[in-house]
Amino acid sequence: MEALLQPVQDLLGVAWVPVWTVVKIFLIILPLLGCVAYLTLAERKVIGWMQVRNGPNRVTFFGIKALGGLAQPIADGLKLLFKEIVLPSASSKALFILAPVLALAPSLAAWAVIPFSDGLVLADINAGLLYIMAITSMGVYGVIIAGWASNSKYAFLGSLRSAAQIVAYEIAMGFALVTVLMVSQSLNLSDIVKGQGQGMFADMGLSVLSWNWIPLFPMFVLYFIAGVAETNRSPFDVVEGESEIVAGHMIEYSGMAFALFFLAEYANMILISALTSIMFLGGWLSPVGFLPDGIWWLAAKTTFCLFFFLWLRATFPRYRYDQIMRLGWKVFIPVTIVWLVFIGGWMMSPLSIWK
Amino acid sequence: MDFQTAVFYFLSTILVLASLRVITARNPVHAAMYLVLSFFTAGGIWMLLQAEFLAIALVLVYVGAVMVLFLFVVMMLDINIERLREGFWANLIPGLIVAGLMLMEMFAVLGAKYFSAEAVPAPEAAAAGYSNTKELGRLIYTEYVYPFELAAVVLLVGIIAAIALTMRKRKETKFQEPARQIAVRRQDRVRLVSMPAEKEQQSEA
Repeated sequence: MEALLQPVQDLLGVAWVPVWTVVKIFLIILPLLGCVAYLTLAERKVIGWMQVRNGPNRVTFFGIKALGGLAQPIADGLKLLFKEIVLPSASSKALFILAPVLALAPSLAAWAVIPFSDGLVLADINAGLLYIMAITSMGVYGVIIAGWASNSKYAFLGSLRSAAQIVAYEIAMGFALVTVLMVSQSLNLSDIVKGQGQGMFADMGLSVLSWNWIPLFPMFVLYFIAGVAETNRSPFDVVEGESEIVAGHMIEYSGMAFALFFLAEYANMILISALTSIMFLGGWLSPVGFLPDGIWWLAAKTTFCLFFFLWLRATFPRYRYDQIMRLGWKVFIPVTIVWLVFIGGWMMSPLSIWK
Repeated sequence: MDFQTAVFYFLSTILVLASLRVITARNPVHAAMYLVLSFFTAGGIWMLLQAEFLAIALVLVYVGAVMVLFLFVVMMLDINIERLREGFWANLIPGLIVAGLMLMEMFAVLGAKYFSAEAVPAPEAAAAGYSNTKELGRLIYTEYVYPFELAAVVLLVGIIAAIALTMRKRKETKFQEPARQIAVRRQDRVRLVSMPAEKEQQSEA
């Protein structure tokens, strides 16, 4: 690979680093957007099967029956692209256009520090975990600005709900990540994954038992549930609860502007799943010693987590808003703090498994 | 001009313009958004100083949490912009005095011997593998542990005071106790009464 790229590198000279970085960004973003598109199809299919339906099965490539439904995301995307973006006359125009961009951009920017495999990462920075926390905390602006700029009561109520919910669950998420960084003693995501590959069980060839999900089990569950709440997914989707406030902050949006919110939601789901896999499920590490490590393990774990998102949506009724707040503030935050202190004590004790 | 200087001027231009817009924007929500932009840009400038922990913490705390709540409040205010514009000339003199004082203080500190280019030479380039975050943590929890704890206590007092000030119990407020809701049994809610069967229904007349 290096030898192949050498002539190109010589040709571009100083421009090589930015050009190569842009190429790498595209290599991450384009498959990601493909995953987002097909996640929408997967969601409809999975929920369909759970409800004993077929899900979308009509739109095919070149009329091949066996591919029924596979072209559905492309058809949906084209339909949204060709629709008019209606600007409400009393809206704040610049912010109205900016809001979907602000919603999507953080969920893509966070992928810069995600390690796909050993050394396969766009920016291997030491403060990777902090970067993730900072960038994901900015996603809320898209929702708030959308709600305010639309100049609509439904949209505004939706955005207020969202702001309160996201700020509440972010604290619990942050604490859960703090325990991870305590046991890993690093903010670098690659080091966090590598740290999970060490230990008694990893030496016995059962790496799956030395991943963070066992000693940090409450954090693992809590991080994932808080992630579901962060992404405004069912059963925490009161932000856009159609029976109460129609579509929440997205109500005035049409066409591609709406589609960007949609993309942001699914990109966030994939991000949370990938982060859960990296922090608690050993990232690219193979669960057993005799199989090689690699990016496919991360993909498999991320898919597994994503399936949970869909499963939850098909299973649970929507939370009531005060119950969401209670769960976030009165249950999750105390649990995280207790577990944080417990892990701290465990690490200091002679029984520590993180030496 | 090397790349770093170019980035510095680029970020500074955005920062200065955004800060100007914070005080000149007519709409408070727009002003708050410009404030977000200026925080973010300031984070970028700190990053140039190799203070990556502070830079990211600035974005995490101020952009991610404080400004969200700030926007939350600003959006819900019913602000009469015309009323806000009144009294510009009356407030001009005290405002100018405060601004002049602040400017003087900044000159006194930044221009004098403490922060001039001779007094504060550029730091040595950090060695590979140097982690700003780790160093900061080490200093805070060893050399500066008491001031740090003190700051933490002050913050805690602030939190408790804020909660104590805003918490009020109204008599008519109804609360639910989820523990009791879960503990409910059928016997608590439904009473089965054994009754004699009703009379046979009469045919409709």
